[in-house]
Amino acid sequence: MNFINLLKIALKAIANNAFRSFLSMLGIIIGVGAVIIMMAIGQGSKNSIKDQISSMGSNMIMIRPGGNMFGGVRMDPSDMQTLKVEDYEAIVKNKYYVNYVSPEVTTSGQVIYGANNASTTMYGESAEYLDINSRVVAEGEMFSDDDIKKSSKVCVVGQTIVDNLFPNGGDPIGKTIRFKSIPFRIIGVLKAKGYNGMGMDQDDLILAPYSTVMKRLQAQTYFGSINCSALSEEYTDQAITELTGILRETHKIKEGAEDNFSIHSQQEIMETMDSTMNMVTLILVVAAGFSLLVAGIGIMNIMLVSVTERTKEIGLRMSVGASGLDICNQFLLESIMISVTGGAIGVGFGWLVSFAANTLLNFPAEVPLWSVVVSFIVCVIIGVGFGYFPARKAARMDPIEAIRYE
Amino acid sequence: MAEDTRKVIIELDNVKRDFQVGSEVVHALRGVSFKIYEGEFVTIMGTSGSGKSTLLNQLGCLDTPTSGEYYLDGISVRTMQRRQRARLRNRKIGFVFQNYNLLAKTTAVENVELPLMYNSEYTAKMRREAAEKALTAVGLADRMEHKSNQMSGGQMQRVAIARALVNNPVIILADEATGNLDTRTSFEVLVLFQKLHAEGRTIIFVTHNPEIAQYSSRNIVLRDGKIREDVENKNILSAAEALANLPAPQDD
Repeated sequence: MNFINLLKIALKAIANNAFRSFLSMLGIIIGVGAVIIMMAIGQGSKNSIKDQISSMGSNMIMIRPGGNMFGGVRMDPSDMQTLKVEDYEAIVKNKYYVNYVSPEVTTSGQVIYGANNASTTMYGESAEYLDINSRVVAEGEMFSDDDIKKSSKVCVVGQTIVDNLFPNGGDPIGKTIRFKSIPFRIIGVLKAKGYNGMGMDQDDLILAPYSTVMKRLQAQTYFGSINCSALSEEYTDQAITELTGILRETHKIKEGAEDNFSIHSQQEIMETMDSTMNMVTLILVVAAGFSLLVAGIGIMNIMLVSVTERTKEIGLRMSVGASGLDICNQFLLESIMISVTGGAIGVGFGWLVSFAANTLLNFPAEVPLWSVVVSFIVCVIIGVGFGYFPARKAARMDPIEAIRYE
Repeated sequence: MAEDTRKVIIELDNVKRDFQVGSEVVHALRGVSFKIYEGEFVTIMGTSGSGKSTLLNQLGCLDTPTSGEYYLDGISVRTMQRRQRARLRNRKIGFVFQNYNLLAKTTAVENVELPLMYNSEYTAKMRREAAEKALTAVGLADRMEHKSNQMSGGQMQRVAIARALVNNPVIILADEATGNLDTRTSFEVLVLFQKLHAEGRTIIFVTHNPEIAQYSSRNIVLRDGKIREDVENKNILSAAEALANLPAPQDD
């Protein structure tokens, strides 16, 4: 029997039992819908995190004190003090693949101006901080190398600080604010950047010369970290090798001994993030996939009932010349059509939910095309897999008994 | 009948059929031999347990003999596989069942098309034409698009007969085809069978109702798996006349 005839018969059978067919489709619709939504959320969050990280500068390299730790290794507190001014100077002097360098010392505290105060973080940096982090000074100017040399009490503030300390407007430039009771003169305001994807306000910060923060606020001789940027993203690996070489030399680390600092690139963080997100997505999809398995069993159940109920029809078809294969194909096609139609509706449903989440709730969700293709293939497999047993049962019926079945 | 020159449609040669029921062997057919010629209207009669159903299954190629030979239109059926027999049924046999066996929620014309769905030589258009022709032949030209649940028993049985005719079979096998119908409708169906007979169709009508034998051209009586009687009916009654003589239906 040709395929078109089979299709007609299967369609007719589904239409004759429209409600029942819909109910068994429902499992597939929900299952596929859930898988699509999970994949969309996974893909969407991955993309949005990627965007954020690369907006911070995809060529960024971070040097932290202390070696890479694995497991519960006991750590010497002196390990946290390995990054010194000499290291910074050595990098600046010897850099080739590294473009910009800024040491970083951070401290949190209260900032006061007049009757207003706010909690914030002060970042002790070099002027190259702006280049590394793709920031721009909107008003006023960045502190200079001279300010760093003299440990001047000057600062550049983010927009949130301006909003908190100068709620009635007024030019903040030239005003003196107090951070941890040390007076700082505002010489610039950063261009606003808004919140990042993790909900952090990127404008809630004060930039000051690193030397000022180290000497006048913290009284410490070491950096919290040193941030650099590679010439471009492609040179990240070379830049890391270069930095490792420079630091090992200034730290006088013998060959074979482990580093007492660690270097991470933004790229590396992005890759870790990517694989973490992939794992999370996989777990979500597998969980949703189980509902597809349940849906498949539902289809098998309905098909078995349908075969028993239509024993007489099977007997008649066999009497008028249907072979076992014809009958088998008929029921198989029926279950495939139920699962594929359900799958198609499920894809539409999943897409709609993702779209709504995206536009109405501003939740990052993107339906990847391949997930649609995979869903369809899975539906066909479910149709065949769970339809085969009932179809075989139908095909093996004895026409003599089937036709007289009451 | 030795010098009979008519074409043999069915030839049974000492057909036996045994069934294993538990540890016992039941001999349903104990050596049945007969020939049915083209254009005959044969009733096969017998009480239940006579082997009537088993014989029908043999004739309809739904089952194969334990021993003996069965030739349908010259083709030996005994050694055929399921698939080949399905094909043979599709091309050579038209079945009419006691309870019509129409597909539910399906129109008359679609029901009639059914056997041709399993014949890839027919296109959708040819199928439709053949089905319409068959329905016209049974007098249902105005009921083509009626669904099976919108028709009376007599109409449903006529759809079933049209379905048996649509593949232009060499033999029409009717199994108690009037068993579910009232007297008047039974006669209407018999009239139809006689008309088909007159047109040269070969018909086998299996029944336990002795009355029907009077309207056929030959009567085979089966008992205990053997042929007890095989007589030609010289005086075929007209079902149309019998129908006309029935008392007019009462409106009550």
